[in-house]
Amino acid sequence: MVRPTRVANSLRALREAAGLTQADVARRVGVTRQTLIAIEQGKYSPTLELAFQLCRVFGVRIDDAFHYPEES
Amino acid sequence: MAYGERNSWAALVASAISIAVYLAIVAPQIGSRPVGEIEWSWPMLWTILGGLALSIAASIAWGLLVHRSDPQAEHVEDVRDVDISRLGERVGQAFLTIGLVAVLLMCAARMDWFWIANAAYLGFALSAVADCLTRVIVYRAGMP
Repeated sequence: MVRPTRVANSLRALREAAGLTQADVARRVGVTRQTLIAIEQGKYSPTLELAFQLCRVFGVRIDDAFHYPEES
Repeated sequence: MAYGERNSWAALVASAISIAVYLAIVAPQIGSRPVGEIEWSWPMLWTILGGLALSIAASIAWGLLVHRSDPQAEHVEDVRDVDISRLGERVGQAFLTIGLVAVLLMCAARMDWFWIANAAYLGFALSAVADCLTRVIVYRAGMP
């Protein structure tokens, strides 16, 4: 079975705090709404470029928006 | 549902129907007469072309239905669709390679054209199905 990405993110919380819809954010970074949903749900890791674009929309640093688990 | 996912489902269903029709025409003849006498080339050509046409028609029809129910729906591919498409192609290519190796071995063994052509067809068919299946699974379950 496909293992989804281990990269977690706070994009949904950031988006809701900013009062933006998924369609707003998707349009501003040039992806479809389905792709933004997949990113928010952790089903797709965005490219580094897209991750920076998303952080720029919310005005946060990349490690405020994306999280990777520590090695155990 | 994403535009790329709709197209992947359409191609998967069209490929499955195309392969099933071809097998339903050709497979029953195996064993009942010499393979050299079985007409496989025209059924193969027509089912491949029919599968392509069905896939395109289904994508267009599905797109029109989606547009009618939700005029805001997007009908474009983005970076995620491209990534998923590449992954599907990589999986499909493995089956294509197996099919081509089988073709080479059959040629070396001087087997009948029927078996060689059908091994190549099987390689292409499994490659197409594996490609589409991988895409629909990844759209649903997430990118590995």
